[in-house]
Amino acid sequence: MNRIEKVFQNLKESNEKAFVPYIMAGDGGLDTLAEKITFLENAGATAIEIGIPFSDPVADGPVIQQAGIRALQSGTTLREVLAKIREIRPIVHIPLIFMTYMNPIMAYGIGNFIADASKSGVDGLILPDLPAEEEGIIATIAERAGIEIVRLVTLTSPLERIQEIANKGKGFLYAVTVNGITGARKGFNEELGKHLQNVKNVSPIPVLAGFGISEPSHVEEMIQHCDGVIVGSKIIELFESGKLDEIETLIAASKPESIKL
Amino acid sequence: MTATYTLPDERGHFGDYGGRYVPETLMQAILELEKEYKKAREDEIFQAELQALLRDYVGRQTPLYYADNLTKYAGGAKIYLKREDLNHTGAHKINNSLGQALLAARMGKKKIVAETGAGQHGVATATACALLNLECTIFMGEEDIRRQQLNVFRMELLGAKVVGVKSGSATLKDAVNEALRYWVTNVEDTHYILGSVMGPHPFPMLVRDFQSVIGNETRQQYLEKEGKLPDTVVACIGGGSNSMGMFYPFIKDESVRLIGVEAAGLGTDTDKHAASLTKGSPGVLHGALMYLLQNEHGQIQEAHSISAGLDYPGVGPEHSYLKDSGRAQYESITDDEAMEALMLLCKLEGIIPALESSHAVAYALKLAPQMKKSEGLVICLSGRGDKDVETVRTRLGGEGK
Repeated sequence: MNRIEKVFQNLKESNEKAFVPYIMAGDGGLDTLAEKITFLENAGATAIEIGIPFSDPVADGPVIQQAGIRALQSGTTLREVLAKIREIRPIVHIPLIFMTYMNPIMAYGIGNFIADASKSGVDGLILPDLPAEEEGIIATIAERAGIEIVRLVTLTSPLERIQEIANKGKGFLYAVTVNGITGARKGFNEELGKHLQNVKNVSPIPVLAGFGISEPSHVEEMIQHCDGVIVGSKIIELFESGKLDEIETLIAASKPESIKL
Repeated sequence: MTATYTLPDERGHFGDYGGRYVPETLMQAILELEKEYKKAREDEIFQAELQALLRDYVGRQTPLYYADNLTKYAGGAKIYLKREDLNHTGAHKINNSLGQALLAARMGKKKIVAETGAGQHGVATATACALLNLECTIFMGEEDIRRQQLNVFRMELLGAKVVGVKSGSATLKDAVNEALRYWVTNVEDTHYILGSVMGPHPFPMLVRDFQSVIGNETRQQYLEKEGKLPDTVVACIGGGSNSMGMFYPFIKDESVRLIGVEAAGLGTDTDKHAASLTKGSPGVLHGALMYLLQNEHGQIQEAHSISAGLDYPGVGPEHSYLKDSGRAQYESITDDEAMEALMLLCKLEGIIPALESSHAVAYALKLAPQMKKSEGLVICLSGRGDKDVETVRTRLGGEGK
């Protein structure tokens, strides 16, 4: 069983919700990656999404775009991130999931990338520019290597399609909560709760909500309707401004009252 | 092989190229677009409406002009110019913008988003939107806005909202990124009029089909004038829309050489060029697998060309396929060579071509002398040079020669 499946099985047994933060590898230099991962694990993260910078990230809003530019300017490459993950994997217990676009992987070579990612202990892949129609290019070979493809469904995906997509995966389903790109939002579509319920009803795997979630109150609201949340831009901002305590508060918002500090 | 050419396949692939590498949020929109386009293609009323607009509004058909002076100068093959520069708004871009705007209206979409580099596609799209009463938002790199002030004003005059893009290199590639982001956010009531034969399926097919009027007319006009097909057809390539529109109707005519001319900028041995097919490698950008300018890590590199319309680090998937299959041949022309060709066409034929089209003229002038006088060569003169006069003046030191 893949590390992602195990973690969600444990959560289910203890009736807890997931919190998956996103960080950009190489933002602040690749040397900071280990300390950020350790900090997030200690703060209670369920898994960590690690962004690999790409020059043209069409699914990302300004905060993640800027983080990607900073990472590229400090010379971050996919090869170096893989080496770094391999180095720190023994001291990290939670799943590590790469989020990137197809082109850096294609330039690396899909087969080589999956082989190296597997050796480094990468557990999953989120590829926002790879819809179900094109995933044949990488999905089979990734799954053979024990790397989960985490698939996205959105507010525009018809329920039948959501069901088909959900049935392909074993880890969790990434339910995008806004029509749009990554980045903080003040409010959400009032139909969202119902949408997440519908997604949960057809999905055999856990459903995590992501895109636009930035406040503890968002987290508390979202986890009423699904199995957890993914928070990206806000985590990047808080690391950038050194407000680590606010990261802890955000993660704590996903925990049952009894465990909160 | 080419006698049975039917690409793209039903998944939008041209061999390995093309496809739909887009965020899931856009999948419904592009699946719906594909379905509606296929219906519109078979719909006689839609086609008649488009034909009538192309004739009465755009001014088609455009002439196929025998350039006698240019032919004599080159001293080889007979040179014809397909005069897309005579279209309303000054370039071939209107063929596609009008077709897609009609399609959007048919689909019940009231809002349009588009990207533009030099502004030609933006002006054409703003024009089509004004005509069909659609709300129009155009994304344009800040760097291009600075270089093309007059086109920005034109778009605004036509009622479009022009939004500056500061991210990345602040040019065409970044305008496409931002237009895609806007579309993801507003997908429910907005259609994206992509300006070239790129992006996710069905765009490369759809833009090619709307631009094929260029090649269809050329084929028929050449047959009427010469009683045979041309031996060679030459067109410039940025994303590849005028060339694809010119090439497509000739693909099955294996005797016709198809030559695409990329921008070599300061030279293909420098890092300042836009020759994606000549110097790039396959990868995924803006929704499709195609040839790209990228570094070894898969980061997209900035393109350079004197002509903003060719200043794009990728070339559409069908061209990528035609290159690998050998059906089309791809060459490149530097900034200097394009400038020289522009001035030559002004003086010899009294036609100021766009800097983009000047690349095709420059290559044709290298090729024609190597061809027999009995042979014929058609250049796709994709646009007029009015928009480039300021660039040319600055380049010549402010006062011409």
